[in-house]
Amino acid sequence: MSERWIGKSVKRVEDFRLLTGRGTFIDDHPPVGNVHHAAIVRSRHAHARILGYDVSKALAADGVVAVITGEDVAKETKPFAVGVTTPVHYYCAATDKARFVGEPVAVVVARDRYLAEDAAELVEVAYEPLPAVIDPEKALEPDAPVLHEKAGTNLAGHRRLVYGDPDRAFREAEVVLRERFRFPKYGSTPIETYGIIARWELDGVCTVWSNFMGPFIMHPLTARVLGLAENKLRFIVPPDIGGSFGIKTSIYPYIALIALASKHAGVPVKWIEDRREHLLASSSGTDRIAYREVAAKTDGTVLGMRFKWLDNVGGYIRSPEPGCSFRPTGNFVGPYRFQHLEVDASVVMTNKSLTGPNRGYACGHLYFETEGMMDRLAEKLGLDPVELRRRNLLRPEQFPYRTPTGGYYDSGDYPATLDKAIGIARYDELRREQAKARAAGRWFGIGVALAVDPSVSNMGYVATALDPQFRAKPEYLPKSGAVDSATIKVDPLGRVTAILGTTPQGQGHQTIVAQIVADELGLTPDDVTVVDEMDTFTRVWSISSGTYSSRFGSVGTSAVALAARKLRAKLVDYAAHLMERPVADVEFRDGAVRPRAGKGPSYSVKDLAGRAHWNTESLPEGMEPGLQATAVFGFTVSKAVDAEDRVNSSNTYGFIAEVMAVEVDRQTAAIRILKYVTVHDAGTIINPMIAEGQIYGGALHGLGGALYEELKYDEDGQFLTGTFMDYLVPTASEAPAEIEIAHVVSPSPLTPLGSKGLGESSSMTVPAVIANAVSDALAPLGLRITELPMTPSSLWHLIRDAQKT
Amino acid sequence: MKPAKFEYHAPSTLDEAIALLVRYGGDAKVLAGGQSLVPLLNFRLARPAALVDLNRIRALAYIRDENGLVRFGAMTRQRTIEFSPVVARRLPLLREATRWVGHLPIRSRGTIGGSIAHADPSAEYPAVLTALDGEVVARGPKGERTLAPAALFETYLTTTLAADEVLTEVRLPAMPEGAGWAFEEFARRHGDFAIVGVAAALWRGGGRVTARLATAGAGPVPRRLSECEQILERDGLGDAAIEAAARRASELVEPDTDLHASADYRRHLAGVLTARALRRARETARG
Amino acid sequence: MADVRLTVNGAAREGRCESRKLLVDFLREDLGLTGTHVGCEHGICGACTVLVDGEAARSCLMLAVQADGADITTVEGLMRDGRLHPLQEAFREHHGLQCGFCTPGMLLTALDLLRVNPAPSEDEVREGISAVLCRCTGYHGIVKAVRAAAVALAPKPG
Repeated sequence: MSERWIGKSVKRVEDFRLLTGRGTFIDDHPPVGNVHHAAIVRSRHAHARILGYDVSKALAADGVVAVITGEDVAKETKPFAVGVTTPVHYYCAATDKARFVGEPVAVVVARDRYLAEDAAELVEVAYEPLPAVIDPEKALEPDAPVLHEKAGTNLAGHRRLVYGDPDRAFREAEVVLRERFRFPKYGSTPIETYGIIARWELDGVCTVWSNFMGPFIMHPLTARVLGLAENKLRFIVPPDIGGSFGIKTSIYPYIALIALASKHAGVPVKWIEDRREHLLASSSGTDRIAYREVAAKTDGTVLGMRFKWLDNVGGYIRSPEPGCSFRPTGNFVGPYRFQHLEVDASVVMTNKSLTGPNRGYACGHLYFETEGMMDRLAEKLGLDPVELRRRNLLRPEQFPYRTPTGGYYDSGDYPATLDKAIGIARYDELRREQAKARAAGRWFGIGVALAVDPSVSNMGYVATALDPQFRAKPEYLPKSGAVDSATIKVDPLGRVTAILGTTPQGQGHQTIVAQIVADELGLTPDDVTVVDEMDTFTRVWSISSGTYSSRFGSVGTSAVALAARKLRAKLVDYAAHLMERPVADVEFRDGAVRPRAGKGPSYSVKDLAGRAHWNTESLPEGMEPGLQATAVFGFTVSKAVDAEDRVNSSNTYGFIAEVMAVEVDRQTAAIRILKYVTVHDAGTIINPMIAEGQIYGGALHGLGGALYEELKYDEDGQFLTGTFMDYLVPTASEAPAEIEIAHVVSPSPLTPLGSKGLGESSSMTVPAVIANAVSDALAPLGLRITELPMTPSSLWHLIRDAQKT
Repeated sequence: MKPAKFEYHAPSTLDEAIALLVRYGGDAKVLAGGQSLVPLLNFRLARPAALVDLNRIRALAYIRDENGLVRFGAMTRQRTIEFSPVVARRLPLLREATRWVGHLPIRSRGTIGGSIAHADPSAEYPAVLTALDGEVVARGPKGERTLAPAALFETYLTTTLAADEVLTEVRLPAMPEGAGWAFEEFARRHGDFAIVGVAAALWRGGGRVTARLATAGAGPVPRRLSECEQILERDGLGDAAIEAAARRASELVEPDTDLHASADYRRHLAGVLTARALRRARETARG
Repeated sequence: MADVRLTVNGAAREGRCESRKLLVDFLREDLGLTGTHVGCEHGICGACTVLVDGEAARSCLMLAVQADGADITTVEGLMRDGRLHPLQEAFREHHGLQCGFCTPGMLLTALDLLRVNPAPSEDEVREGISAVLCRCTGYHGIVKAVRAAAVALAPKPG
């Protein structure tokens, strides 16, 4: 038997270059000569009409070759398509008005970045300041300043989705609870910021090197904006991207802007976003106000829920928003059995920066609210929060499970996963410890949170934002799908190259693909070279391609496995022909094609490769020469949203169960994590080391959002957190030292390897589990956490106010 | 985030540096360790016509322990202070406070003079200077003068130093043998400026207690808590006296609200940290 | 414009740049040493950390002209005889990196930490590397790697 590589913590091939300073990030090397540098002039106003520009001083400055403004943008580009029918004209820079602080208004191109920044200060923009609004509820009041006059409202979109009969559920309920939650605006601030090099050539082809994680739907969107055919806009991604966590999905408007700058300047133009720009105007999740209601029986059975959301997408609704509301449509009900749900989702525009996918896209919000409600219900009914959840969990025999909202949960054993978490945490012992601590006057709390972890978005979910009547029109084109491709080829000496269309940002795709191919072809990972530099001109891709929504572990690995299997089948056919045996009599085993039974020659991959490449005459009649295979894997469960607004918004669904114990310092209100257990079911784990790396990282993102990170504005829309001294990224001293990770494996029946995604992982559960733990700690004061982040100062005020009453 | 243009000078003597400052008449900035100034340059929030870099003035980097006074050349790196045996022996409070200054790579470059002249009220060194009755020496075209903390710190990021003056030396009286000390700080993250910090030193001698207390982050300038010191000097170091001093600390400070914490919370923390600092200082005190 | 002569990774290097040019930009653009990364340009993220005369320092908070005469070590200078430094080896072994963008600053910060404290406790490692922000790893693998490197680098008894 040749060695199996899947399931092993194979060390990463990426590490050699990254550890020695030899990685190739976007800022590391000019792919072409004569590269000039851009600096972007940005609005200082939260809301202002642009009256005019004077670029004469900037144009005369040292080293400047071009200046473009919103006038050029309006003249030469189209607005980006948006995911709603409201008329929002979103250009790659402000044209008529600036709608948030930091919105691009002009671009200066100069010989180097220092000079470009000098000249950017000389661009004069005349503004007429307008009143600003940053709160989504205030933005919907009748006298609120309106950002987009053509829309006439700040409501970018609104849907009321009804599944089952929620009104009846609430009528028949024995208990109804209500709560208002606020979720903060935060990003993931990858340490590498956005970077773009654009070259607009006279032949009409525009090549863009960038650390974009698409191409995704944003490639066609950008081509359209620039007035280019898709095959005249070339996106190339360098081998290394310095983190993204969803944030780099939203680089595409800048691609259009820098491409336009290159067209004007007549030279390749490079723009590296600086940290101030990143915090001001890259992307983040939405801040949300949520009103939640739960209807239940006194035995704890949840009958139904109502969600009312106001998601704040900032100055413009930028695609793929309103994914902030609808990305989890299929898993709105989480891991629970209830059938009746009403979702009232409003997507609101205010004078804040724009939003988009951020690790856990919309799920951090969802579970913070749902799990908070489950705890409130448990408290109300006098049940242990674990017991309450147990009474509502989906049972293993219900899988595969169709949720009332259209999700198709492919596999899972939720009670077993919860049990494992409870067991590792020694939950009962923790409760005893808590009783003792409480008796001693300590604020000790235990939190539990569960989450269905969706991976591989079905791009059709975004249409949930559109009215069913609109979707029913004959001219409406339904949308669905989640595909990825891979090519595997064998060179004449029998070594294998795998070519991907993915854009990894640290997830170790090269290592994982080498493991998969090694297993499929009986090789070692060292025999496999993996190339993952996306190039829209050379890779096989489709409009869902890219590395987002935890896709790779599920759809990307599937394409690789299928391509390898295709190639293996060809090797078997070829060898059978050489052996002059029927195909059924031979098999691929231990890296060679061998007779199934009896003696006879065997042919190794190396042997077959040599023969096939050097002597095509040896191929059987009708066999295509060349040893390569391309597979495009697509999920058949990816279907368009139906007339009842049901959609399987993702394709594979993992499960997370977490327990956390905390203590709140009675003097400083600082939160200390005493225990944190996280158990994941993501199907087959290909590389446990890499999988756990994702969990550690995801958990710290969740903790960042729960305790430290927030993009804050004052009432007038001025931005307050423009530095890393104000926007607080957790350091190693804030990261929990003890995280206990465990897995349950319910292989997905939908993927060839049984794997699912888990890249977003605990980023979506930690806000919920820590809020629940802190709420539990402060329960003696009658306090429950409804807002994040829980800063020591804000928590201390809550506590003080509770103690006063 | 690239600095605007400036002229750059790296004189090798203090006289040259002062002459340059005079020449630019207020349009030049002194560059010490650069850990606060260079970010301001990169953000273009500071746009001096010229930088006068003190890093080549060897005569400004020293630690001298003479007659009960420890004198630091303004360009002495925080890292040097952290690992200095003299500081460990004579000024353990300063050593402990140094560990709270940013991170080791920041302390590699950051200097004691730069930190004090920058006058961030949340910073650790101004609080230690204030607690220990230290003083600074400034030199300008008209000569040298010595300033006590109260005469130096004006408000947030502002000192009484003239544009053509250079802070050249920091003087701290050595702590008596057997003194106890603590620097307590609460920050949202490790290495951040303090939300509130408290520097405390205590010693006994001649049958009486001497206490030194000052805060960081609890107002526009570091605040000496003389009334709290008097409580301890009058009532001793028992728990009740410490609690009383802590309560008084909360009343004395005049913090502001900012992004990271409210004024009320800071006021509360000033008391909590005063009590913690005093208890720990009491533990380390001998005699 | 100013001339800058310095030693980088043991070799004499020189360049000519504006006095306002940051050391990190000089290393990357003028000397072609792109292993040192720019992450925030205000001294918080630590991605640009290099050794200046043997001590970790932010190269975004130094001007290139200030490094005239200095001895700089960047991530490119860590390998010896074509082999990974034990610290680099430990990062690989313990999954101390994902995207690799903070890694150069993390390595040089950890190297300096281990020099001043060859046998750090876990808390001391965490405090030491809190000088550098990482968004991928949750720091878990990094802490393990630095502790393992401390063991690997410790003088062998006897």
